[in-house]
Amino acid sequence: MKTKLKDKKIRRVYFQEITEEEDLKKKIAKIQLFAQQCRLDVFEMLYKRGNGHWGGSASSAELLATLYCHILDVDPENPQNADRDRLILSKGHAAPMLYTLLAHRGFFPVEELSTFRELNSRLQGHPCMNKTPGVDLSTGPLGHGISVGVGMALAARLQNKKYWTFVIVGEGCLNEGQSWEAIMSAAKFKPARLVIMVDYNKVQLDGASEDIMPLDPLLDKFKAFNLNVSNDIYDGHQVTEIIKSWEWIQQNQEHPCVVIYKTHKGKGVSFMEDNHKWHGSTIDDESFLKGRDELITTLENFSL
Amino acid sequence: MNYLKQIAMRTTFGESLLELAKGYPEIVVLDADVSSSTQTIKFGIEYPDRFFNVGVAEANMVDMASGFALCGLRPIVSAFSIFLTLKATEQIANVICYNKLPVILVGGYAGLSDSFDGASHQSITDIAIMRSMPNLNVIVPADSIELAQALRQVIKLKTPTYLRISRNPSPVLFEDGDQFIFGKIKRIQEGKDITIAACGITLSIAIEAANELNKKGISADVLNVSTIKPMDIDSLVMSVRKTGKILTVEEHSIFGGLGSAVSETLMKNYPVMMDFIGVNDTFTETGPYPELLDKYHISKESIIEKTIILLSK
Repeated sequence: MKTKLKDKKIRRVYFQEITEEEDLKKKIAKIQLFAQQCRLDVFEMLYKRGNGHWGGSASSAELLATLYCHILDVDPENPQNADRDRLILSKGHAAPMLYTLLAHRGFFPVEELSTFRELNSRLQGHPCMNKTPGVDLSTGPLGHGISVGVGMALAARLQNKKYWTFVIVGEGCLNEGQSWEAIMSAAKFKPARLVIMVDYNKVQLDGASEDIMPLDPLLDKFKAFNLNVSNDIYDGHQVTEIIKSWEWIQQNQEHPCVVIYKTHKGKGVSFMEDNHKWHGSTIDDESFLKGRDELITTLENFSL
Repeated sequence: MNYLKQIAMRTTFGESLLELAKGYPEIVVLDADVSSSTQTIKFGIEYPDRFFNVGVAEANMVDMASGFALCGLRPIVSAFSIFLTLKATEQIANVICYNKLPVILVGGYAGLSDSFDGASHQSITDIAIMRSMPNLNVIVPADSIELAQALRQVIKLKTPTYLRISRNPSPVLFEDGDQFIFGKIKRIQEGKDITIAACGITLSIAIEAANELNKKGISADVLNVSTIKPMDIDSLVMSVRKTGKILTVEEHSIFGGLGSAVSETLMKNYPVMMDFIGVNDTFTETGPYPELLDKYHISKESIIEKTIILLSK
């Protein structure tokens, strides 16, 4: 640890507590808090490691937390269960957030998170399915997720299985031509229960998407490619909104769905938000202390 | 061996898929808008639910196949060799090979066999690229019989495999009873003066050259190296221990293909004088297949000439 931290008392919520919550409103509040906790954990993990991707991890905290706490049917005791739901984190650089969720979900010990990006660690710089339990596809190189997802969802049809396939993509994935090949094939073969979730923070490694490679009007593009697109763009940092989108998805499950979530890269640390410099830069001591304070203040302000 | 009979590997490929499909309901076939050329269309007509024509989109096709493989199916991916291995290289590396997925990649129209379509459609780098990928088996069948047997064997392997096949009718060298063994070199002719190691359609050319050399009093040990990776080190070393010289023959660039695989193996285990027949670091061109092969020195004459030079060294 480069900087000594003062221990602060924060109300933590644990995975089991969330799943056991029967009141949906309370559950949502708990997932919201849980996502913020994971964000803080990731921030500390990346600071300690001195590398890794903060921006994209912070951006997908609520999306991943809601998936693992409320949506996905997965079993850490049987991670290869053929009937499980699949999640492809196509924007694989958000691995720290995925690992944090997988650990809390029980796929491997939470203590192991500190080995992220170490030599011999099961937690590779980008997700590796053959090393990390619970990872459904190795990702990192962008643009693979939708294609593989189409194959997975079609495999369900051929085998009369009912599992869901979720693919989380970012702008980088959608810059890749392959994604659009995959979108065309999703429209052609129309597998059921395939969901493309766009973590749309509009910032890439080198700068704002509108400067690097404009994607808008993104919703119209998806529609023009004949997918089942939600007209509502949801707030990807509000669990209530994500759960609303899940209701829409379930009503439209017979054809491949696309949902765009408006998010912020680096969400949770004001001076890092929407700033491409924090895509993958080392978090320096000063930024860490300031950022950590902000993340903790947000946590302290939660009331359950 | 019956030289009179000629069958195109792609024809056999199409028929083999139909046969395999009966025993393996988990087989799915993907093609990139060339199914009438590669002959996967036969499978597509018979099993429309298990056939996916993805259009001209090789990268997406390879990754879709990976999705199938990850969910218990056995995908066989078909396209022109050059486009499969160059347009989907990263997908093959980062998705199929990195994750060790049981996908069979079949590169059709390989080597110069798409002769009239020209250099842009001819594949002279695929072995080099595929061979460098960790976890990937690389097989270059010498004829249609070997192709059919290879397919039956690799479907049982459950590891990523690249099969390189040819477009045009080529001599049937083997009989159904001849056994292709994955990972094994097969000696076709016994000789003591030089080893001639060939793969794919060049095996028949090597056999012809060896017969002519025999008339000149030179006896060649002719090897069929149909599995390029993993390399059968023992058989290779055993042959050159006896002959002390080796010439490789392939319908591929002399960089990175069979010749390179053999030379890497021998340099480490039993270095001998060696020469290479293949496309000599150049793009090829349009033309009738046999003449094209001749022009780029993948011919009986070249084998004879290089053998004599090697023996004089």
